[in-house]
Amino acid sequence: MMRGQAYRWGMGMAGLLAWRNLAHDRSRFVVTLVGISFAVVLIAMQIGLFLGFTDSATNVIRHTRADFWIVPKGSRNFEITMPLSERELYLARSVPGVAHAEALLVQFAIWKKPGGGDESVLLVGADLNTGLAGPWNIVAGHLEDLRRPDTVMIDRLFAETLGVSALGTTVEIRDQRARVVGFTQGIRSFTTNPWVFASYRTAQHLTQFAESETNYVIGTFEPGADPVRVQDALARILPRTDVDLSEQFAARTRDYWMFTTGAGASVLVSAVLGLLVGMVIVAQVLYATTVDHLPEFGTLRAMGAPRAFVYKVILSQAVISATLGHLPGIAASLLLAKASESGAALVLIPPSLAVGLFGVTLIMCVFASIISIRKAMDIDPAMVFQR
Amino acid sequence: MSAAALEARGLTLVYGSGETAVRALDGVDFQANAGEIQALMGPSGSGKTTLLMILGCLLHPTAGEVRVEGQLVAGLPNPALARLRLQRMGFIFQSYNLFPALTAAENVQVALELKGHDLGEAPALLELVGLGGRLHNFPRQLSGGEKQRVAIARALAGAPPILLADEPTAALDSINGRAVVKLLAQLAHEQRRAVVVVTHDPRVGDLADRIVHIEDGRIQC
Ligand SMILES: Nc1ncnc2c1ncn2[C@@H]1O[C@H](COP(=O)(O)OP(=O)(O)OP(=O)(O)O)[C@@H](O)[C@H]1O
Ligand SMILES: [Mg+2]
Repeated sequence: MMRGQAYRWGMGMAGLLAWRNLAHDRSRFVVTLVGISFAVVLIAMQIGLFLGFTDSATNVIRHTRADFWIVPKGSRNFEITMPLSERELYLARSVPGVAHAEALLVQFAIWKKPGGGDESVLLVGADLNTGLAGPWNIVAGHLEDLRRPDTVMIDRLFAETLGVSALGTTVEIRDQRARVVGFTQGIRSFTTNPWVFASYRTAQHLTQFAESETNYVIGTFEPGADPVRVQDALARILPRTDVDLSEQFAARTRDYWMFTTGAGASVLVSAVLGLLVGMVIVAQVLYATTVDHLPEFGTLRAMGAPRAFVYKVILSQAVISATLGHLPGIAASLLLAKASESGAALVLIPPSLAVGLFGVTLIMCVFASIISIRKAMDIDPAMVFQR
Repeated sequence: MSAAALEARGLTLVYGSGETAVRALDGVDFQANAGEIQALMGPSGSGKTTLLMILGCLLHPTAGEVRVEGQLVAGLPNPALARLRLQRMGFIFQSYNLFPALTAAENVQVALELKGHDLGEAPALLELVGLGGRLHNFPRQLSGGEKQRVAIARALAGAPPILLADEPTAALDSINGRAVVKLLAQLAHEQRRAVVVVTHDPRVGDLADRIVHIEDGRIQC
């Protein structure tokens, strides 16, 4: 005998009753699902933005194949730099367990567009011989091209902002001429200042940075060396610096941008608001459905149905709504995330978030059904005789 | 001799208190036996529904006691009362109280599942009330009499020894009304159930084994 989807899902007659009660009023059910989907999209986009921002805030650090970062003492992030003496580089190289150390230059600079107008950019100068730092995801041009003097690479995302339409465009950085020889794809920046990649020498020349100074010393450990031990040794010999393992520096930068600046908090607050809005919508509709079917709950109680059965009907309504509302919501969110890849703000929705959001939706719907349960339990079963 | 299916002594029920208090029942004795259908008759407001609710363990009397198959119900906690209703009684209501979103068979299956019975018993129960061909119809697709017969099939799920019906024919024309009461009488006689039917309709009373008249909360002799 055909007993409907809900029954086959193992929810019994309570599940069937829940499903049919929901499906009975089709337009309201659609409103419920749209409401839940909307909440899911809202939450997914906010958390996705948060993850996207986090990703953008640390992408250059994470794509640098260094084991350790030596940064000026008190540095709070990667972008806003202070000078470090070249001496620190030589001292670092002398520490046992350090296989290699090199300097990395990171400087804000004014970029003059070929067609006029200025843009503030973040210039990254890296030693191209080691491959530790520098551009990645190169979609036009070759890394080798950066070895020629006064050449730079930018990301496609920022090409328009920077007034660059094709390879070979000549621009001015800090009033020095430079030529764009390559494009990367998808290297975003949390500060919204475009990244400009160059060789160390070019960066030094363009920014007229003193030979004796740099911004960071990055390097690798000897194979088999104990990272924490070498880190301690570096910290001892370089008292005016902070020595971070790669992930520690990424965390330092991420925490600064996401939490110290409040940027992350505001996104998370929006996510919580999305959750609350969703909860109110769902509570409202589940409550209306429950009130509509109140006499049936009275009949059940009069027949002697245990409280658990009534709970099961209402919770099944919540679970069914959550499941059917989550799917279109997450589908729409994934589409929007896909679309964001070519936009200014990246929305990241990893599979764990998509699945985790189902849990959130479920909890949201179950919480929203609590008042309905109270309403259904409040009715006097004797009322079924008094109509 | 075994205990009566239902036995009540000295039932008194007062709704409200003070000036607005209504004495709906006043010292009612009542008994229902297996194999017997009784009609409970009386004018509007005489206390019929009130008595039925007390017999059905849905309302506690102000005074007096109720025994279900010999067991005193006073003092039983609510879950135990619910279990007693579920396992020992079937209810039939004036307005059917079917689940509108479920088919006839599914309506019966809700009761079967609650009582821990096999859902496959539903077709036979509907067959018994003459609705073997309407298993998959929704209540809105059934006539009043058919709806009430689905309700009876639902009340019969799990074979409870006691059936309590409050004006089951009030919404039906006299032909359908008589058919429903005949069905209840047949269930009492053939399946040895104790059936109590509240009704206004004297033609329904004629089909009962016994008529109990009630007026102003008192049984009339
Ligand atoms: N919840 C209540 N609160 C106060 N008074 C009530 C309540 N329920 C019933 N009564 C009163 O108790 C008396 C008996 O009511 P009851 O419903 O038992 O009568 P009845 O015989 O079933 O009437 P009817 O044939 O109209 O259904 C009536 O006077 C009624 O007004
Ligand atoms: Mg009545």
